[in-house]
Amino acid sequence: MKCLMTGNEAIARGAWEAGVHYASAYPGTPSTEILENISGYKEIYSEWAPNEKVALESAIGASFAGGRAIASMKHVGLNVAADPLFTSAYTGVNGGLMVISADDPGLHSSQDEQDNRYYARAAKIAMLEPSDSQEAKDFVRIALELSEQYDMPVMMRLTTRVCHSKSVVELGDGRTEIPFVPYQKKDKFNPVPAISRQLHSKVELNLKKLREYANTAPLNSITWGSKKVGVVSAGAAFQYAREIYGDSASYLKLGLTFPLPIEKIRDFAAQVDQLIVIEELEPIMETEIRAAGIPCIGKDQIPNEGELNPDILRKALLGEVHEFIDFDASVVAARPPVMCAGCPHRGFFHELHKLKNTIFVSDIGCYGLAPKDIAICMGGGFSVAHGAQKVFNMEGSGKRCVGMMGDSTFFHSGMTSMLEAVYNRSNVLLVVLDNRITGMTGHQQNPGSGFTLSGEDTNCTDIAEVASALGVKHVKTINPLKLDEVKSALQWGMSFDEPAVLITRWPCVLKKLSQADQKEFGSYKAVNAVDPNKCIGCKACVRTGCPAIEYHADTKKVTIDRGQCVGCDICTQVCPQNAISREVK
Amino acid sequence: MSEVKNILLCGVGGQGTILASKILSTALVAAGYDVKMSEIHGMSQRGGSVVTQVRYGEKVFSPIIGQGSADILVSFESMEALRYLSALRKDGSVVVNNYEIPTATTLSGEEQYPADSIERLQKLAKTYVLDAAKIAAELGNPKSMNVVLLGALVKRMGLESLDWDAALTACMKPQFVELNQKALAAGMAAVA
Repeated sequence: MKCLMTGNEAIARGAWEAGVHYASAYPGTPSTEILENISGYKEIYSEWAPNEKVALESAIGASFAGGRAIASMKHVGLNVAADPLFTSAYTGVNGGLMVISADDPGLHSSQDEQDNRYYARAAKIAMLEPSDSQEAKDFVRIALELSEQYDMPVMMRLTTRVCHSKSVVELGDGRTEIPFVPYQKKDKFNPVPAISRQLHSKVELNLKKLREYANTAPLNSITWGSKKVGVVSAGAAFQYAREIYGDSASYLKLGLTFPLPIEKIRDFAAQVDQLIVIEELEPIMETEIRAAGIPCIGKDQIPNEGELNPDILRKALLGEVHEFIDFDASVVAARPPVMCAGCPHRGFFHELHKLKNTIFVSDIGCYGLAPKDIAICMGGGFSVAHGAQKVFNMEGSGKRCVGMMGDSTFFHSGMTSMLEAVYNRSNVLLVVLDNRITGMTGHQQNPGSGFTLSGEDTNCTDIAEVASALGVKHVKTINPLKLDEVKSALQWGMSFDEPAVLITRWPCVLKKLSQADQKEFGSYKAVNAVDPNKCIGCKACVRTGCPAIEYHADTKKVTIDRGQCVGCDICTQVCPQNAISREVK
Repeated sequence: MSEVKNILLCGVGGQGTILASKILSTALVAAGYDVKMSEIHGMSQRGGSVVTQVRYGEKVFSPIIGQGSADILVSFESMEALRYLSALRKDGSVVVNNYEIPTATTLSGEEQYPADSIERLQKLAKTYVLDAAKIAAELGNPKSMNVVLLGALVKRMGLESLDWDAALTACMKPQFVELNQKALAAGMAAVA
C-alpha cells in the first residue's frame, strides 16, 4: 500500500514494522512528531522523558534488558544526551538501539545549525541518513539490525526537510514481532576502567568491520548517468543534486554515511571525470574523502552555512540562475511570529519590561518571543542569570538579573539551574512561566501537566514544592493575567538578597483544558470591544503586542478583532481611558 | 506525465494552507503521480507566514523549489503573494485571495499594510483574484475558504479530472465533506 507520509510519520511506521518495543524522547522541532506518531502504535511503549539525556538513558536500559529501543531528539538535544551516547558506544547493546538526531539546517526553529554528523564520528558509532520518507521508514529496521550485529547504538541523522516533507511510502506488510533478547549479566554493561579499556578495543574492531561492510552495503548505491560528473551525496542534499543534474551526472548515493565507504568512493571517483561531494553544512564527507587522497570539489564552491536547495547548487555548480519576477519587495510588511491573543505570558512581560537596570535572561520557548537580553539554551535561563548576577554584584553597577523559563523547560534542566542559585547564595529572581503544557513544540504533556504521552493520568509535579525542596525560601505563585498581582510580585521578588521564585500559572490559550484545568481556571473566554468615543489612540493597548488589537492611522483609534480576542483583559487593564470592556451582545 | 509541476501555497498560520496541500497531494498520489510536499511548521502557528510546496510528476526528487520555478502561486492572503512572488516562473500564474490579514508591525502602525497588493500583482503576473472568504461564507462555513482556493488552483492547473471526492473524504471528517465539495466547485467556477 502506498501512503503519503512525512519523514517523521515514516520513522514511526518503520519503528512499528521493525518490532521496536520502547521509544523515548523530549519534544523538539523538527523531531517532535516522531514520538507523537509512535504513540499511535500500541505495540510500542512510548513516552516523553523530562529531557534528552533521560530519554537516551531509558532507551539504553530498555536495550540492555533485551528490547529494541529508540531515543529521539532535535540536534541540540543530542548535546544534552551526549554523556550516555559516548559510553553506550563502548557498552554496546542487547536489543537494537537507535538514536535519532533531527538537525535543522537553515534554523527554521532552532538557536544554532550545528552539524550532528560529527557526533557519530566522535562517538564511533554507525550513522544512517535517509533522503526521503521511504528511506526514513526502511532505514529504521536496517539501523536496528546493524546495532545488534555490530553491538553499538546506531545514529539516524535527519534534517528538517526529511522530517517535514511528505513523499510516497510503500508500506511494509506489517509488524515483525522481535523476541526480547534474554538479559544476562555482562561485564560490558558495567564500564569501569578495567572493562572499558577492553571495550575500547571492541569499539575499534567493530568499527573496522563496519568500514569493510560500508563498501559493500546496499545502502550505498550507484546510479550511472553521464560520467563527466560523479556526485557523492546523502540525505536531502542528494535530492537537490538529482534535481539539478538529472541524467547529466552519475551518483554515489550514501545511506550509511559513517563510516564512509572509502574504497567504493575511490572506485567511483576513478570512473568519472570530476568528483563532487554535495553535503549540507560542514565539509565532513569531503574532508574524509580528501584525506583518503581522492581529489574532489566541495565546499570550495558550495556554501557551508544554511540549508541547501536546488537554486543554491545550480548557481554554485552550474553557474545558472532561474529567471524570476523582479520587483520592489520593500512594500511587503514583515510578518514575525508573535505571542497569541490571550497568551498568559503577555501580562507578565508587560510588567517585567518596566523594571529598570535589570537584565532579562530568558530561555527556549514561546516566552522567548518577548523582548529579552540573553538566551542560550534549554534550562539556561536560571544559571546564566546567576552567573551574570555574581559579576554585576562584583562590578557594582547595581544591575539585577531575572532568569526565566517555562514549565517543561524547568523539568528538562531548570531544576539543577535553580539549585545552582540556591546553593551558591545568589540574589536572582527566577521565574517559571507555567502555562501548563509544552507550548512551543505544539502541546506535549510534561511532568507537570498530569498526563503521559499516551494520555494516561499520572503524577503532576508541583513546581512550587520542587522550588521549596531545593531550598528556595521565597516562592510565590500568581495569575499572570492580573497586572496588579504581577507588578507587586515582581517588587516582592526583587526585594531579597537571596533567590526568589515566582511562578506564573495560567494555561496556554491554545491548550485543550483538562478537567483539572477547568476546575482550577474555569471558563475564562469572552470577547472585549473598544468604545470609540472613549479611545484616545494612545496605543497603550497596542504596546502589549496583542495581535487582536489594531491601530487605525486614519481614525487614530483601535479596534479588537473579535475572532481572536478571548477576553484575557490585559488591554482592559492598561487602557488609561477605561475604553475597553466586555463586548455587549 | 513526465514534466514535474510545481505549486506553491502561501498564507498565514491558521488559514488552512496545510490541509489544502494535503487534499491536493492525496488526490495527486491517487492519480498515480509521484508527489513531494514540503511545509515549514514550528513557529508558523503564532501568526507567522506559512508556505507549502507541492511538486508532482512521474518522478520527483527535491521536495523544495527555488526562485522562478513555481507554475502557480496560490496565496491565501493578499500581501503574502508578493512575499513569495520570486518563486514564480516568469510565465507562471497567481491565484490570490482578496483577503487581508494585518501583521504585528502593521497592527502597531510601525509599517503600512500595502493596500494595493493585488493591483501590484496584476501588473507583475497573470493573476486570478477571488473573494474566497465571501464565497465560503455564502456556502455556510467561512472555514471552507481554503478549499475554495484549492478549487481555483485545481481549475488553473487543469486537474479537474482527479478524484476530489475521495481526497476530501480521506482528509476530513464525514460531516464536512459535502460542504467542501461545494467549496471546491465554487472555487473552480470563480476562476473559470
